[in-house]
Amino acid sequence: MSSYLLRRLATIVPTLILVSMLVFGLQQLLPGDPAIVLAGEDRDPAAVEYLREKLHLDKPLPVRYAYWIGGVLRGDLGESLRVQKPVVELVLEKLPVTLQLASMAILIAILIGVTAGVISAVKKDTAWDYAANVFALWGLSTPNFWLGILMILLFAVQLGWLPASGYVSPFEDLKGNLAAMIMPAFVLGNSFAAVLMRHTRSAMLQVLSADYVRTARAKGLAERVVILKHALRNALIPVITLGALGFGELLGGTVLTETVFTIPGFGKLVVDAVFNRDYAVVQGVVLFTASAYILLNLLADLAYFLVNPRMRG
Amino acid sequence: MVGLGIVIFFVLIALLAPWIAPYDPLETSWSAVRKAPSLAYLFGTDEIGRDVLSRVIWGTRASLLAGVVSVSISLALGVPIGMLAGYAGGWTDGVISRFTDAMLACPFLILAIALAAFLGPSLTNAMIAIGISATPIFIRLTRAQVLAVKVEDYVEAARALGNPHLRIALRHILPNIVAPLIVQATLAIAAAVIAEASLSFLGLGQQPPAPSWGSMLNTAKNYVDQAPWMSIWPGLSIFLLVLSFNLLGDGLRDALDPRHQ
Repeated sequence: MSSYLLRRLATIVPTLILVSMLVFGLQQLLPGDPAIVLAGEDRDPAAVEYLREKLHLDKPLPVRYAYWIGGVLRGDLGESLRVQKPVVELVLEKLPVTLQLASMAILIAILIGVTAGVISAVKKDTAWDYAANVFALWGLSTPNFWLGILMILLFAVQLGWLPASGYVSPFEDLKGNLAAMIMPAFVLGNSFAAVLMRHTRSAMLQVLSADYVRTARAKGLAERVVILKHALRNALIPVITLGALGFGELLGGTVLTETVFTIPGFGKLVVDAVFNRDYAVVQGVVLFTASAYILLNLLADLAYFLVNPRMRG
Repeated sequence: MVGLGIVIFFVLIALLAPWIAPYDPLETSWSAVRKAPSLAYLFGTDEIGRDVLSRVIWGTRASLLAGVVSVSISLALGVPIGMLAGYAGGWTDGVISRFTDAMLACPFLILAIALAAFLGPSLTNAMIAIGISATPIFIRLTRAQVLAVKVEDYVEAARALGNPHLRIALRHILPNIVAPLIVQATLAIAAAVIAEASLSFLGLGQQPPAPSWGSMLNTAKNYVDQAPWMSIWPGLSIFLLVLSFNLLGDGLRDALDPRHQ
């Protein structure tokens, strides 16, 4: 058991190092002298000189990487040139908003996706199954920024039920916060729900034909108990792992959702950074998301390992 | 086959754009600002009086081009690298696989946004960014397929006959792994079309005034209450094109891969 855990933990180290190299390498894509590009339009000679020194641009590439990764390991992701704040501080400031949005989206996605997946597997080849599959195709093919605009059109402009954009902290006004976040969360969760639906459906179909489900039925258990207690519990195991893989797309989706609904989170931070040519922030966000994604997948694998007795032998 | 039908429909629209678009997609008209759909302007007009239908028709080109070119880049990079990893094995495979893992760890859209930001905003750079971001999927798929095929008897036989490695890879392995690659490429086009629309929506793809569905939606979101038609048509077009490639990919998978039925 522990050897599996150690091996799994060991694989993420080289991955994290390579991710950091990729993120560092992004800077090499900038055309021309990075110090001049990074200093922005005014190209203040003092700023250029400061950056050249700070980024060690006179040193060879591997040395620059060593300086940079050393900083990252000490929790220094560089400094935003636009707002003169450490990138870590900016990221941590915006993170709670995005975490709330993402958690609500995941909750909605699980509610819709798993339910639809179970129904379509249990009622295979009926109108229900067909409808659930149409829903999945819709979810996978709808760009979420368009869905966001459509929902604003319906619920904010036409019906006037929800605010079109904006954000209130849940600590100031919980009701206002939920009203502002429900549409973005639904929009963000929509395609993830489709992914979960497909995974749940195929996992349920596999499990429903397994011997222990037949045994449970033969014992005369109610169909509800068989499906929810015996089948779903086992079917959810692969769904957790596959779901964690889909989480990356969800993180990417926050960028668009936050732009549509003007929510001041992580995604908005990247977009603003891109337009302000605030490259350290872009690098910081990519590094942060990738590391979070790697750790989340590790956790999903560990959860899989813990709930699956066959892997513990 | 519905999917294939819609794909062909969009290809025809893209090819025939100069002849079927009722107006010049860039022509502004101050007397026709934000006009609702009518006989003169079937899809309405935008905030500076351009015909939405003509812009949607011309925008098909950007979307299809982005889908096909980005996936071609992914295939051109991913298939040879994946074949090398699967065929060579050993430390070559180890290095390539770790690198693939690292790229897959960066969420696709965030990586594409970062690449497009550092390369500079343009349709070409967006296609490069999307193509590179989608490459690891093809490396991984090709590698897995090669691993499965290279132990087959006919590959062993080709090797026993003394064929050079390159010939074995190209003549004996590649033809046998094409089917899953085609399926994945079709689905990847769907993802690339959404990605291009997303980058253009954020201002990192096709630059205005050139028409693209994503950038049309970017402007349209500011006029949701006054001119909703501006957001309906470009969004519906993205949805239909992506749906058609998804349907085509699912259909091809059912047809080409007996295990998936």
